[in-house]
Amino acid sequence: MDNLTALIAGFGEVLTPLNLMIALLGVTVGTAVGVLPGIGPAMTVALLLPITYGMEPTQALILFAAIFYGGMYGGSTTSILLNTPGESASVVTAIEGNKMAKAGRAAQALATAAIGSFVAGSIATLLLVFVMPQVVDFAISLGAPEYLAIILVAFVGVSAVLGSSRVRGLASLLVGLTIGLVGIDFVTGQQRLTMGIPQLADGIDVVVVAVGIFAVGEALWVAAHLRRKAAEVIPVGRPWMGREDWKRSWKPWLRGTAYGFPFGAIPAGGAEMPTFLSYMTEKKLSRHPEQFGNGAIEGVAGPEAANNASAAGTLVPLLALGLPTNATAAIMIGALEGYGLEPGPLLLEKQPDLVWALIASLFIGNAMLLVLNLPLAPAWAKLLQIPRPYLYAGILFFASMGAYAVNAQPFDLFLLLVLGLLGFGMRRFGLPVLPLIVGVILGPLAEKQARRSLQLSGGDPSGLIGGPVAWVCYAIIAVVLLWPLIARVVRKIRDSDKNRDREVVA
Amino acid sequence: MTVLVGYVPNAFGEAALTAGVEEARRRGERLLVVNMSRDDVLVDARRAGQDELDRVGRDLAELGASFEVRQIEEGNDPAEAILLLASEETASVVVIGLRHRSPVGKLLLGSVAQRILLDAPCPVLAVKAS
Repeated sequence: MDNLTALIAGFGEVLTPLNLMIALLGVTVGTAVGVLPGIGPAMTVALLLPITYGMEPTQALILFAAIFYGGMYGGSTTSILLNTPGESASVVTAIEGNKMAKAGRAAQALATAAIGSFVAGSIATLLLVFVMPQVVDFAISLGAPEYLAIILVAFVGVSAVLGSSRVRGLASLLVGLTIGLVGIDFVTGQQRLTMGIPQLADGIDVVVVAVGIFAVGEALWVAAHLRRKAAEVIPVGRPWMGREDWKRSWKPWLRGTAYGFPFGAIPAGGAEMPTFLSYMTEKKLSRHPEQFGNGAIEGVAGPEAANNASAAGTLVPLLALGLPTNATAAIMIGALEGYGLEPGPLLLEKQPDLVWALIASLFIGNAMLLVLNLPLAPAWAKLLQIPRPYLYAGILFFASMGAYAVNAQPFDLFLLLVLGLLGFGMRRFGLPVLPLIVGVILGPLAEKQARRSLQLSGGDPSGLIGGPVAWVCYAIIAVVLLWPLIARVVRKIRDSDKNRDREVVA
Repeated sequence: MTVLVGYVPNAFGEAALTAGVEEARRRGERLLVVNMSRDDVLVDARRAGQDELDRVGRDLAELGASFEVRQIEEGNDPAEAILLLASEETASVVVIGLRHRSPVGKLLLGSVAQRILLDAPCPVLAVKAS
């Protein structure tokens, strides 16, 4: 019950006019960027990072969390109306949602997405209240070697499990780790990868990396693919649902929540897998399986609930372990470090007010999002009529301003451009961006934990494998990395068995 | 010589189309209906869908007019596209729909109709929606 008491205290903290204003601003901006394909909450949070350095950390985090939640709501709008998912988490929503819109049921699809997101978001945030402190209790007992092992699981998770290609994921992770290496070695004081440039001695600021990769990279990518036929306007109308729609939606909402939260909470989860699983489940359980592929409302309700629940689940490793499992969370970790707070198990102990205020703000933000999204859906859809040049000119303006504001050095603008070109190249060759940003932010942390463990064991590498938690982690990593090999061997054995059976029969 | 109609899928476009049909009949000239959609936005409210263009084509065929329906999908400036087409096709008249704009709206966004009126190489017939 301590958790609930703390949560109520958190509500007390959040319910000030200023904090409510910030939450409202966050959910509005979040929905807007979620609606626009290519511009996501991660880019927005990166662009806003430098601006929030003047704010209280609590308020900045309320803003970021609100943008994160808002992006999840907004993403469904584009998926449904345009068949262009605004977020990777709403790819599955597009399958049935766009079919519904084409059949003139856009209003119902948007309604079930918004209400389902609200239901899932509220339940999952409540789960967060109960689960997160338990994870902290467990995590606080972990030593440096165990912590290192958990970070390595996160590395392998984001690069090998999420995304389509392991090689590309690992390549992107290595690029990120390399960027994270730039600067002065914190133990020996040697300069690493600074190429004699004094501005690089402090390392490359996370803001510059995130803004360069997300904002400049995306802007260059869009500039290279500017021309594209416009779509017709799909009349939206005011979202509403009939009795039949409610009846068919509420179970998928709950099942989607059940999938989304745990997947979000594990260090290699993400939102793509639970949305896909939810879709498959609804397809199997539906009493109208023939409607799947032609606009079944269950196929929108389930995945939309799943992606919001996983967004809440993401906050478990973020707040309890300091581990990000998606790009927005990674940049929020960077923000915490920017405020001089140490993300990790000690955060809840040292800054309980901040953590509980943040969680309370999620409940409020969720309610705001429902109000903002249900009646205003047609207005959000109008955002899609903004010409791209205006949009990206604004983004580049904020990107350059943000990168310059970090250190007030023209050198950072040069760096921004180089990183932007890197981001463009990664999009061109299909490298995922998430492993890079996780590598940049967690790389130095992993190094710190590794060297701390080595110092404790006097340089003996066996010190890196201390404790059962670390063993389990390394076992997981080994299985994940070797899985293609194992699968191939198993298949070969099975095939040869089959051949032998056939020979016997013959 | 042709009568060029700038068509958009709303009341203004319909008014322009009606006036264009009359004008073509009066002049005894071919009718060219053109719809422009910009290629730098995700969704364009002025884009006419295929079913809409088909309907326009059916209506014109019923009226027995000599006509062509064309859709332009490149570029981001409807005024320029129509002006270019007018000089390419040596249009004898351009027909457009005119809508009411507030002073602030005009200041911020400019007006496609205004640019066609000012720069067209031929007479322009601007009609209002009834």
